[in-house]
Amino acid sequence: MIKFFLIGCALIAVVTTALIFLSFIQPTWEFFQLVTPMEFLFGTDWAPTFKPASYGVLPLVAATLLISFIALLVAVPLGLASALYLSEYAYGSVRKTLKPVLEVLAGIPTVVFGFFALEFITPTLRWILSPFFDGDLPQIFNALSAGLVMGIMIVPTIASLSEDAMAAVPNSLRSGAYALGSTKRQVSTMVVIPAALSGIVAACVLGISRAVGETMIVAIAAGNRPNLTWNPLEGMQTMTAFIAQIAQGDASTGSIAYDTIFAVGLLLFIATFAMNIFSIRLVRKYREVYE
Amino acid sequence: MSLTQTPPMPTRDISLEGRGEPIGDKIFRWLLLTALLLSMLFLVVLISFLVIKGWSRLDSRIWTNMPNPRRPQLAGAQSAIMGTIWVVGTTAIISIPTGIAAAIYLEEYADRTKRFNQLIEVSIQNLAAVPSIIFGILGLAFIARRLGLGFTVITAALTLSLLILPTVIIATREALRAVPQSIRFGSLALGATQWQTIWKQVLPAAIPGIATGQILALSRAIGEAAPLLLLGGLTFVTTNPTGLDSAYTVLPIQIYNWISLPKEEYQILAAATIVFLLILLLAMNAVAIFIRNRYQKRL
Repeated sequence: MIKFFLIGCALIAVVTTALIFLSFIQPTWEFFQLVTPMEFLFGTDWAPTFKPASYGVLPLVAATLLISFIALLVAVPLGLASALYLSEYAYGSVRKTLKPVLEVLAGIPTVVFGFFALEFITPTLRWILSPFFDGDLPQIFNALSAGLVMGIMIVPTIASLSEDAMAAVPNSLRSGAYALGSTKRQVSTMVVIPAALSGIVAACVLGISRAVGETMIVAIAAGNRPNLTWNPLEGMQTMTAFIAQIAQGDASTGSIAYDTIFAVGLLLFIATFAMNIFSIRLVRKYREVYE
Repeated sequence: MSLTQTPPMPTRDISLEGRGEPIGDKIFRWLLLTALLLSMLFLVVLISFLVIKGWSRLDSRIWTNMPNPRRPQLAGAQSAIMGTIWVVGTTAIISIPTGIAAAIYLEEYADRTKRFNQLIEVSIQNLAAVPSIIFGILGLAFIARRLGLGFTVITAALTLSLLILPTVIIATREALRAVPQSIRFGSLALGATQWQTIWKQVLPAAIPGIATGQILALSRAIGEAAPLLLLGGLTFVTTNPTGLDSAYTVLPIQIYNWISLPKEEYQILAAATIVFLLILLLAMNAVAIFIRNRYQKRL
């Protein structure tokens, strides 16, 4: 009896995943009755609430990719270096003081990061960069500021997962390398990192997944104007920011603009789902190798 | 000590000390440390900026006054604070028992080689990384509309419960795994059933770890804004919730709302409310760490 109740609770996770898929079906179906998938996926103009409306999702996808890319440029080096230091260099009290920094960082609500990006990073960027550009670049809402702060937000994710992978590398490998006369740096870069590579890649993929799905930072700091550009100093709208904007009441329930939430949401879900499964597989692989 | 022969003394002094850390290694070590110090610097700048910016509004008006979109000097976040208490309190009531039950099944009963259990494992790991706004879409389509619960406290709480469930399960499992097998074997050897063993031995031993995990999961729920944007959390609310079917707003959403208003006074108010929110979260984390340190050694 008790066991069945417990299984029921565990099954909620499976049911939730199924429900997420199911929630998308009907509205997305309605949406694709009116907009062809080709038009949706490859159109370059996104204006679902305008007349005439246009449903090309590329500007949102491009903005998502650009901001995630900036975030990764910050998060991957910082996260990996932090992980390597914590796993190979820091002992005892040093570790006890430094590790909570990442834990506190991981606990800060994303709305706070968004506020900081808009009110501190953006003015700072404008102060530094505006002499080099004419016009009003960087704009008040810009991808660079959102991406930089998002990068810091992801550092704990990448650092803690990579550190787990590095900790799983057996000490015999390190001892072997030391016995051959390697220095600590050589052991770190030529033994620990290659041996933990699948875990590190998994951590980075999970970091991308978090960047792509992050909503509040981009909704606050990157602006709400769909804009197909690769210039990070301009404002642009990501997929998540669009969902948040429409949900705030720009469109009435049941309208096609409302169904776009689900179409864009499905695209976002499929992308992050693929990345998550890939990363879960990789982690399982390194666990099998070393445990 | 006649077994060991003294080796012949070397004719020259051989120093066994290395030549110290090579310069490349030294630079590398400092580069790695710099990465951590940058994160620390970021935190310091972030918190100082918020405190300095919000200082003039950091007073009791935050919790005594209601939101006011026209007169910033009168605005406060009382309805949002009460909303957060209602929503996260309900979330705790729903997610903690379910999450612990699921974790007990996976840790104590499940045969990990079965496909069925592997499916559950992968679902949990995947859900832990699904963007929070996707949970908002699920809440909107299924809980608010299909179940007809509307934009209410209970809809928000159910959605947040699903959102933090993977975190609760993962943390609880770690706590259960830390209980030594000998406790289980001892109890079973004395004739206890498996459930008696879990209920009377394993769970009490794991409680500090479980409690720590729950507090951290709930602090995530407190800071979550994105899914609630889709669930009516942004509606202008100047009354405290009175029940599970009340309209609501929560602290992070109220902050988001103030950020989007043009007046500078609201930005100051947003900073002050953020400081209030961070103090709340920090206090919860401190309790979690206290529990962890206090009871950890007794196992």
